[in-house]
Amino acid sequence: MVVNCEHVWREVSNYLEGEVDAGLRVAMEIHFAQCKHCTAVLDGARNVVQLYGDDRLFELPVGFGRRLQRRLAEESDSSWFAGLHSFWMLAVAAVALIAGAVVLGNSSVFAHPDSRSRLAQPAYKIPPELKVVVSSDGKLFHVPNCRYLHNKVGESPETMTASQAMREGYAPCPRCLRQYLTATVQCPRPASHTEPSVVQADAHTRVAPRHVLRDALPTQQKLPL
Amino acid sequence: MGSAPEGMTISVSPTDPAALREQNLLRRVQAGQKGYFYELIKPYQRRVYSAALSILRNEAEAEDAAQEAFLKALTHIQQFRAEARFSTWLIQIAVNEALMRKRKAHAEIMEPIGEREEEDGSYAPRDFADWREIPSESLERKEIRSKLAGAVAALAEKYRQVFVLRDVQHMSIEETAEALGISQASVKTRLLRARLMLRDMLAPGLGSPWFGRLPFEKGSKPW
Repeated sequence: MVVNCEHVWREVSNYLEGEVDAGLRVAMEIHFAQCKHCTAVLDGARNVVQLYGDDRLFELPVGFGRRLQRRLAEESDSSWFAGLHSFWMLAVAAVALIAGAVVLGNSSVFAHPDSRSRLAQPAYKIPPELKVVVSSDGKLFHVPNCRYLHNKVGESPETMTASQAMREGYAPCPRCLRQYLTATVQCPRPASHTEPSVVQADAHTRVAPRHVLRDALPTQQKLPL
Repeated sequence: MGSAPEGMTISVSPTDPAALREQNLLRRVQAGQKGYFYELIKPYQRRVYSAALSILRNEAEAEDAAQEAFLKALTHIQQFRAEARFSTWLIQIAVNEALMRKRKAHAEIMEPIGEREEEDGSYAPRDFADWREIPSESLERKEIRSKLAGAVAALAEKYRQVFVLRDVQHMSIEETAEALGISQASVKTRLLRARLMLRDMLAPGLGSPWFGRLPFEKGSKPW
């Protein structure tokens, strides 16, 4: 095979890549040995490949790495902030749901339908078979010897078990059955008084003074003593 | 947007300490330890930047594109498959990012050398100056590096891209074709022309102190 200069120029890059077949390679080498110009072209092309393949050729701008690190950090921060933002959105949504549930639970729509008194406090661990006394026009049930029972049960007191009284909407008397009350009552502290403002109405805490309990409630909602 | 390319077919030697270190860092980053990402990409900053620079020809734009490419690599790190070379994957992201920016700007203020020339593989060298010795030590001189960079920047975009990916980034013909979305035959043709055009620009400088009289510096082209 014999090649001319133009053929060599077309193939010189492939020759450098080692992508010419054996026959063409031999022919080109014979040509290079005879042609000064093509040898110059080959040497020059090889030098170009070698020079530009040197890692020292292209320098990074001063501060490139520092600026890149800063941008990566900023991106991470923004991702973190986005995550935090999502977290807070979820937290706010959860609080809103809980608040909504509490409001609905306290609304009259969801109040206990059988409760005879809006102020009734639920009983806690009251013996279900405990004999109690109620009156048809009252809201509370009492132990039979309750000192506050007089004139509260009308002409026809009725005796039943505590569980039955509760099923019918009666609430435990805060005097005679106070050890079974679990709720607390918020009471304003009188200016000259040293009693605690929060009084727990169960057997394990002291009972708020009578005037405190009464004063804490609106006039129309006084405890039925 | 510059997309993250899917995996390629080049395997990494498991016995190469640098490759093992890279694989270890890669596993950590893919596991969510993003603090190791900079260590992972640190060896490739220069290559990613030069790939972007070869397309954008503006240092500030190239740096921004390179940063964006690294951020995209971090975002899509789970898409990288171990059988590919990580450096090639990074460079492809940078090329995509730079090409996207180039398309957006589509402002070729000056028509570079060779833009209108036919792409048929025939290129006649215009200078036959002898250039047998490679003055590698000259690369230590900033002015020489600057002139070499200037020469490659003077190439038409289609030649510059191929040349930088193949001869500067050391990507294979196949990878270069894949990164640029052209055929391997086109890569070979453009590569030939780029190499010969650069030789034409640089070889005449050998007759006197190196690069002391580059023709394109004086406003006259050597062809």
